[in-house]
Amino acid sequence: MIRFENIYKKFGKLEVLNDISIRFDIGQSIAIVGPNGSGKTTLIKILLGMVLPDKGKLFFEDKNIFQTHAYRGNIGYMPQISRYPPNLKIRQLIEMMTEIRKSEGWNGDIDEDLYEAFELDKIKNKPMGTLSGGTSQKVGAALAFRFNPKVLILDEPTAGLDPIAAEILKDKIQKERAKGKLVIITSHIVSDLEELTDYMLYMQETRVHFFKKIDDLKDQYGGEKLGKIIAFLMKKKAYNTLETILSKVKQ
Amino acid sequence: MRKVLKYVLYDILRNKFLLGYTILLLILSGAFFGFEVDPGKGIISILNINLIVIPLVSIVFSTTHFYNSYEYLELLSAQPLSRKTIFFSQYLGVSITLILAFLVGVGLPVIIYNGDSSGIRVILTGILLTLVYVSLAFLAAVFTRDKAKGIGLSLVIWFYFSLVYDSLVLALFLNLSDYPMEKITVLFSLLNPSDLARILVLIKLDVSALMGITGAVFQDFFGSTNGLLISFLALISWFLVPLIASFRIFNKKDL
Repeated sequence: MIRFENIYKKFGKLEVLNDISIRFDIGQSIAIVGPNGSGKTTLIKILLGMVLPDKGKLFFEDKNIFQTHAYRGNIGYMPQISRYPPNLKIRQLIEMMTEIRKSEGWNGDIDEDLYEAFELDKIKNKPMGTLSGGTSQKVGAALAFRFNPKVLILDEPTAGLDPIAAEILKDKIQKERAKGKLVIITSHIVSDLEELTDYMLYMQETRVHFFKKIDDLKDQYGGEKLGKIIAFLMKKKAYNTLETILSKVKQ
Repeated sequence: MRKVLKYVLYDILRNKFLLGYTILLLILSGAFFGFEVDPGKGIISILNINLIVIPLVSIVFSTTHFYNSYEYLELLSAQPLSRKTIFFSQYLGVSITLILAFLVGVGLPVIIYNGDSSGIRVILTGILLTLVYVSLAFLAAVFTRDKAKGIGLSLVIWFYFSLVYDSLVLALFLNLSDYPMEKITVLFSLLNPSDLARILVLIKLDVSALMGITGAVFQDFFGSTNGLLISFLALISWFLVPLIASFRIFNKKDL
């Protein structure tokens, strides 16, 4: 469904993505994991067209999507930080997003599960600027799921939410997984990832280190918990770097 | 485009700063006309608002708005919208609201007290100056991701066109006073949107007599239909060129 082909990206002199080739298929739910600065966010931003790759191609349903925008009608994106125009009311923001989708030819069923579960109807006339961080996250989540997209991209979805809202959101994600959607999540909360995803894309130093089923990964590490495996992977990296530095010093 | 623009307008029109700006302009213009018996002198005072306050507010407000909307721009660019729609809805949203504030705060009093051709020209150049400085603000804003740098850059632009440029031209003329420079002054004034706006109004007020030979040359050039056309075209390119440049950058920019 989504295919990255030899994607390279540099920010100035800093290499962020180095020869990324990967394929995501419908029905998978994928955790993108890696140390800070490993290129996770850039990968997602390239998928959403916010960042343009220096080299390489990106396909969505076998169409090259470089500098096009229609494909994004199939994606629901929940950003990590939600800041909206402060004087716009919740109701107006939702109206606007709906009008944007409709003008792009979308006429599916509106999914108001989260809108109802988060009780946004009660505060729909509040300006966005008066909302707490958690509440704007709720609005962001409700918008991401609202148009029944084939692909869901969730950036640290539960980070700013209270425990009840986080549970509601996780239930909703499970429900969408069951419908066979492609769900992509980045998070540092391992228990969430264990619960919500079945594939792991591990990124390290601008490259894809591996992309495999979480069950296979666990088998490989003798049934160890996911949290321990991730910690081990990240530490191993740190250890390796230390070794290379030491060997260079010796030389 | 219209759909996104509608909501950008909803948002900015409820901005308290913009409301304060409109009221400030109203009070200033009311006072200038109220205290002057001769509305022509009122127009000259209004001109100073046009040349200092309008550019400053336009450029700072637009840059700040752009940076404050950054996360929202990111979210919009994750929707099925082209960069073009996103960029121009922001540009139009900001310029329409600023022009509206100007029309209420300055346009209305000018029409009431001095609705002749010089009044019309003040309004027209005020609108164009707003567009010019909003464009320059967007150019500064797409240039760097750092908010402080962006606002700093836009202030430098304002400072340059409002104060530094004239001193530079003056210094040049003083040093080259042995040569006939009158015609070149016309060229120099085309290179600064604020100067252009100033001259376009002053020419209408018959105060060019105070400007000596240069004034006569100006009267010759800006008073003629061709000169007028060229100078308005110059003002229009002063907002179109930075606008197109900033869109080009935005279109390829990593958000």
